[in-house]
Amino acid sequence: MSSHAISNIDRKTFFLREEHHTENGTMLGFWLYLMSDCLIFCSLFAMFALFGHSYAAGPSGKDLFDLELVAVNTGLLLLSSITYGFAMLQMAQGKKSGTLIWLFITLIFGAGFLGIELYEFHHLIHEGAGPQRSAFLSSFFTLVGTHGAHVFFGSIWLVVLMVQVAKRGLTEANCRRLSCLSLFWHFLDVVWIGVFTFVYLMGVL
Amino acid sequence: MSAAHDTAHDAHGHGHEHGHGHGGAAHGSLKSYLTGFILSVILTAIPFWLVMGHVFESRDTTIFVIVGFAAVQVVVHMIYFLHMNTSSEGGWNMIALIFTTMLLVIILAGSLWVMYHMNANMMPTASHDMRDMP
Repeated sequence: MSSHAISNIDRKTFFLREEHHTENGTMLGFWLYLMSDCLIFCSLFAMFALFGHSYAAGPSGKDLFDLELVAVNTGLLLLSSITYGFAMLQMAQGKKSGTLIWLFITLIFGAGFLGIELYEFHHLIHEGAGPQRSAFLSSFFTLVGTHGAHVFFGSIWLVVLMVQVAKRGLTEANCRRLSCLSLFWHFLDVVWIGVFTFVYLMGVL
Repeated sequence: MSAAHDTAHDAHGHGHEHGHGHGGAAHGSLKSYLTGFILSVILTAIPFWLVMGHVFESRDTTIFVIVGFAAVQVVVHMIYFLHMNTSSEGGWNMIALIFTTMLLVIILAGSLWVMYHMNANMMPTASHDMRDMP
């Protein structure tokens, strides 16, 4: 009798722990991935800090950067962050069409950000300030380009998830995926704070 | 045994507290998202205004202020958009973040320190430096 009771408790303990574990494992794991991604950006920022003034008699940030364009870009990324937040709120309420609409708006802002960044890169390379011009420009293109690549792949991920949600609805798996992308998207916004402060604003000063 | 049971119970309670059934991280509300958004718009606009409007005479003052705003904005994003707190995922999120911040400081400060001294000590450019070379 008493051994039966203990095994009952054991089983209950076991199940609760296991359920808790699988439920949270993905989000914690994804957070750890983001932290390792953060270290990639950290080393790129360190590189930019070291080479940021090695102009090789070429153009400096003061000559090249158009702050108004960067301000528009920053605004687009901020707006995409809040619209993704609205999508998450719709998801929490179980509203599929609302989630899809806000995800689509997020995608438009993300695409706008990428478009402006590509225009800027194209403009710089056209002016002869490509990545091969100086150590400053190499590290600039590597740092900002890596961030842009993250936004690009995040956008692809967003499209894939929109298709998944449209086809299968807000299943538990889809909600988990949307939560992961939410962390990823907001994380990119945090990295962009570093980029516009250390690269653009301090480059123009 | 009783400790294990307590842990399991805590974990269960924790899951119910946030109540969405997916992920241990807290979810934001409309209010928290809007607060975060408004704060980050302000914290972005001021540094751009300081630099574009040439508000301060001193370059160092401007750098000091905009780096300060960036640091505050990172914290705002962490709290309102990434929903960081000490209790989500049983605190492991926070531990990972603190560890990463520590590595970040070591990598950035270490790189700058070492390379600055390499630059100063190992690259004789002026002629009198060359003359003093052993």
